[in-house]
Amino acid sequence: MSEENKPEIDEHTGVETTGHEWDGLKELNNPAPRWWLWIFYITIIWSVGYWIVYPSWPTLSGATKGVIGWTQFTKLEAEQAEIAARQQQFLEKFEPASFNQILNDQELYAFAVAGGRAAFKDNCATCHGTGAEGGKGYPNLNDDDWIWGGHVEEIYETLLYGIRSTHEETRYNIMPRFGVDGLLKREEVAIMTDYVLAISGGAKTGTFARGAEIFKSQCASCHGADGRGDHDFGAPNLTDAIWLYGGERQDVYESIFYARAGMMPHWQGRLDENTIRQLSVYVHEMGGGEGVKPEERAALDVQGVSLDARE
Amino acid sequence: MDTAKPNYNMEIVKLFTIATVFWGIAGFTVGLVIALQMAFPDLNIEPYLNFGRLRPLHTSAVIFAFGGNALFATSYYVVQRTCGVRLWNDKLASFTFWGYQAFILMAGLGYLAGVTQGKEYAEPEWYADLWLTVVWVAYFFVFMGTILKRKEPHLYVANWFYLSFIVTVAVLHIGNNISIPFELMNVKSYSAPSGVQSAMIQWWYAHNAVGFFLTAGFLGMMYYFVPKRANRPVYSYRLSILHFWSLIFIYIWAGPHHLHYTALPDWAQTLGMTFSIMLWMPSWGGMINGVMTLSGAWDKLRTDPVLRFMIIALAFYGMSTFEGPLMSIKAVNSLSHYTDWTIGHVHSGALGWVGFITFGCLYYLVPKLWGREELYSLKLVNLHLWIATIGIVVYIAAMWVSGIMQGLMWRSYDELGFLEYSFVESVMAMKPFYILRAIGGLLYIVGALIMVYNFWRTIRGDVNEKEQAERLNRITPGYAAAE
Repeated sequence: MSEENKPEIDEHTGVETTGHEWDGLKELNNPAPRWWLWIFYITIIWSVGYWIVYPSWPTLSGATKGVIGWTQFTKLEAEQAEIAARQQQFLEKFEPASFNQILNDQELYAFAVAGGRAAFKDNCATCHGTGAEGGKGYPNLNDDDWIWGGHVEEIYETLLYGIRSTHEETRYNIMPRFGVDGLLKREEVAIMTDYVLAISGGAKTGTFARGAEIFKSQCASCHGADGRGDHDFGAPNLTDAIWLYGGERQDVYESIFYARAGMMPHWQGRLDENTIRQLSVYVHEMGGGEGVKPEERAALDVQGVSLDARE
Repeated sequence: MDTAKPNYNMEIVKLFTIATVFWGIAGFTVGLVIALQMAFPDLNIEPYLNFGRLRPLHTSAVIFAFGGNALFATSYYVVQRTCGVRLWNDKLASFTFWGYQAFILMAGLGYLAGVTQGKEYAEPEWYADLWLTVVWVAYFFVFMGTILKRKEPHLYVANWFYLSFIVTVAVLHIGNNISIPFELMNVKSYSAPSGVQSAMIQWWYAHNAVGFFLTAGFLGMMYYFVPKRANRPVYSYRLSILHFWSLIFIYIWAGPHHLHYTALPDWAQTLGMTFSIMLWMPSWGGMINGVMTLSGAWDKLRTDPVLRFMIIALAFYGMSTFEGPLMSIKAVNSLSHYTDWTIGHVHSGALGWVGFITFGCLYYLVPKLWGREELYSLKLVNLHLWIATIGIVVYIAAMWVSGIMQGLMWRSYDELGFLEYSFVESVMAMKPFYILRAIGGLLYIVGALIMVYNFWRTIRGDVNEKEQAERLNRITPGYAAAE
């Protein structure tokens, strides 16, 4: 082996080899490139500088703190403060304002809608859809059909307490299971299906009169004699051809036979008061929010606030 | 001295080579499936073939099955050839093969059944971990035993890298898998450390799995097969010493950069970041030494697609080892972390560096192992090279755009101080890029299948006469005419 240990000169480059050889492999004795070494040194020097400035080496009692006192918590607080500062000028006016004042103040209204939009996409879109278009069992919020009321205060209450939620104040109702519990016979459920379809614009069938009779005794107490529903009970309007659980004959039949009871969580305690109020305004303005209630209109008229802009 | 050609154990290398190709195709295919699941969630087949179970199947298959078998195959080949002796202990070597394949099956079948530790790249449960420890110790003995009985006075640089890989992976594997089984006959175990300590150990492990498994081990491959294929001496012995020691010393501290802005204390984040920056040049040392080894042989890149594979691999290695330190900088990381940028970074390293250097080595090895003069077709190698390169570029470009877009959408506030986009909007915006990524992955698999065909014809002993004639004609001008 000792013979092989003699360095030789590589023909192509004129550089000496180390004299070692393995399976025909040799190594040139080139120095490490200068630029490579220098960049390596610079990264080390930079790192040492960084250690001095920022928290870095552990000690017996914690770690070195760095000369500028930086921590990830101070950074987070600074960034949060910057965002909070952007909102502060609006929040000062937003917090004490009533819904009617918000709806009639362009700046506050824009602020509420922006906040509501952001909160909606992260919290509500999962069920109601990113465009609030809803789906089977999840109401479309763009239309003017409101089950529990479309006044901004009513929307606010729905948001606060939810529907059939675990909140004590939850909005709650329950429709009887007409088929399952034998309140109506199967053929009566079928008659009612045809009746409900007829009053929402469908063709009248031969059983319409019988349907009207049953409707009066079984359904009208909640849905109203004319079937237009009642926000106080959360009873849907049956005459507008807008269907939460589908408007096919089979869907309506099942709704009467099994009854439906969707659930919406309450947001009080999960979202802050400002966010819930922003959401109320956002949802109210999305499609067909109902106007200000007459009794409040009177109160506002006294204060001299014009309601024309938002009516 | 004994000048007879040593009776090398090439059977074991053949077995590992076949396993490499087999697991490669399997791992790439699962990768394509999960890429498609990201674009089309309906492709999730519950419960066995959902994304959550297939994702570790993909990562383990490509890293540990494809990459691991490639490391076994080449390390056993290189250590024999550069030590000039037969592999120590045939039976133990054989055990490492069957034992390792058993580990892969144990781990993979476990994932499909929903058995996981929930630690990234360390998903196998305690029983598989114990088994792998036994196999790995046997691997260490076979490799070390061969080195100890070597006939060469010095240890070739490739073996330093292989040895550092074997030893460090053992330490990492044991360190990150200390856990207590729920009960003896139960697959579930609980990690001994918890909370931020557990996270820190996990990322110390996972980062160095990249560092020692996918970098040091594959640099070992590079240090033998690049100079061999180029038929040139290694560019700089001094550089190899400097970058070897700096690489293994610095890499081991860089793990905390995976936990920026978390419960990990600031000081540990700082150290993780600065050590990652310092790691840049030690990583590049391997690229410089590999690429510069071609000085005096640059012309071979025009004629030899196998060498081209290796050099493109080094280019991707250089790119991703620059990108890594960049992404470890806190300001950059706050944008890139948790986004597809990370996935793009990983795949420029995995598809470009690990995959391509492996393909290059396999193209070198297969004709040698099966005693063929040359591969069945070098033109097919070239075809594989270009299809796969285009695949990688499509993949990583899609992930860069998607990742940076995702990061910017998440942090975007409007002038009133509200978030501009919801999470789901960022998901919807990524869909076109998910589809592009799947196309990139598909191209990569097509390339690999061309390689399988080429190997099959080579091993069968088929000779592509047209290419052979062209080759001989190049060596001996007028050969074809004389025919």
